[in-house]
Amino acid sequence: MEEIWNGILRAVELIVTLNPEVMEITARSLFISFTAATLAAAIDIPLGGLIELREFRGKRALVDLIQTLYGLPTVTVGLLVFLLLSRSGPFGSLELLYTPTGMVIGQMILISPILIGLTISALRGVSPHIRDTAISLGANESQVIRTIIKEARFAVVAAVLIGFGRALSEVGVAMMIGGNIRDYTRVLTTSIALQTSMGNLETSMALGIILIGISMILNLSLSRFQGR
Amino acid sequence: MFLLALITVSAALSAADEGRLKIATTSSLYDTGLLESIVDQFIEKNDATVQIPSHGGTGIAIAAGQKGDVDLLIVHDKAREVKFIEEGDGLERRCFAYNYFYIVGPDDDPAGVSGLNASQAFKSIMESGLSNPDQVKFITRGDLSGTHSKEQSLWKAAGYDYSAVNTSGPWYVDAGSPMGATLIMANEKSAYTLTDMSTFMAYKGNLTLVPLIEGGDELLNVYSAIAINPEKHPGVNCQLANLFIDYLVSPECQEIIGTYGQEQYGKPLFFKGEGNCDLMGCSAEECVVPTQAGCAQA
Repeated sequence: MEEIWNGILRAVELIVTLNPEVMEITARSLFISFTAATLAAAIDIPLGGLIELREFRGKRALVDLIQTLYGLPTVTVGLLVFLLLSRSGPFGSLELLYTPTGMVIGQMILISPILIGLTISALRGVSPHIRDTAISLGANESQVIRTIIKEARFAVVAAVLIGFGRALSEVGVAMMIGGNIRDYTRVLTTSIALQTSMGNLETSMALGIILIGISMILNLSLSRFQGR
Repeated sequence: MFLLALITVSAALSAADEGRLKIATTSSLYDTGLLESIVDQFIEKNDATVQIPSHGGTGIAIAAGQKGDVDLLIVHDKAREVKFIEEGDGLERRCFAYNYFYIVGPDDDPAGVSGLNASQAFKSIMESGLSNPDQVKFITRGDLSGTHSKEQSLWKAAGYDYSAVNTSGPWYVDAGSPMGATLIMANEKSAYTLTDMSTFMAYKGNLTLVPLIEGGDELLNVYSAIAINPEKHPGVNCQLANLFIDYLVSPECQEIIGTYGQEQYGKPLFFKGEGNCDLMGCSAEECVVPTQAGCAQA
């Protein structure tokens, strides 16, 4: 119990004193995961729209598969991307292993099933009349997709925030692809793992509390945005 | 109702605690499989359950010991072991095995350390790294593990202040990672690193790194066992911990230690502590067989 209480005190101390190392690690966490979520959203939202709008064979199976991958183990994604980016892997010459860019790629892959799947669910909630009206007014496919996404924007933004939250809180990809290098790829989750292995349980706890705090701010702003 | 069930279940589960030994250890003894083979032999002779819930490194192992969450520490960082005992958390330190750290690096050895002693090599790596950080890099565990402690003492021996080394530039890469992950990173980056011999041997098949410096007093790596003090941490299983320590230093177990890995790697991963007390730099008391530490409860 003592560690939890001291962890809370330490978290307050680290935040109030703007501890430079913690601030830097937090900023890096936010930057990498925000980039991953934004880039993934730019690809996955239109892709989700396309899958939802089109009828094709195996659509049902595809959607099932995407939903299954919601719980993709982070270390498995880490391992996959590691093998691709390793010096002896197919993309080794790009030298992306142990870089923030590599982490962004890994996190994009990790959260894409969630973003695509939740976009599909969100668009299903849009009344078919809206789609039909748009089509009858002469909209082409991309205009229809844009219209229904706009209609379901709250749910779609929620999907992106959930993806961002998952990227921010995962440790498998960050550890295996980033390598937890100080001043370069060390983020909140890998710091927590490191501090724990060092036996610095209070600092570890404090970093966890900062991470939870960020998630809370995210959630509150989402509620605000949705006007609840 | 649920609470009642929970209490019943946990009572049933902890009934076995009498004969249960929990060990916190360093990754090298665990990842190479040595500790588990020793445990298997120990269980065969004694009616006991042995678990190794903490095997991430000396740092977290000591934290587990300080909280009384385990009964026995098996680690490799003399300075912190001595402090652990001085603070009343542990009983006695018993040296039971040793090997050496290696300085490993790329085959072409851009810092030219081959043939130097360990501290000279560190000096050379730092100088080359500062002037040519694209070619010469050193990866540090950076995790307060036993290996990281050894590395810090080598920088000191080379005449540097560790905090200055730590912030001196991009040639010095702080990986904050376990030994295996650090070796893989060094391999990917064609960098130098300090590793314990046994983990290196176990990973060698997947690495292009080669050992450049393999011996010398400076690279000595001594493993020791410490039972947790029941006076400070009532409830720890001190009897069983001492029994296990006695087994560790017994001729039978020493034989296991001294030959472990011979078949798989062509040479053993560890050396016997038996008869090597001076070499390991341990005092006579630290090599006494069997252990004299009592188990007075508070």
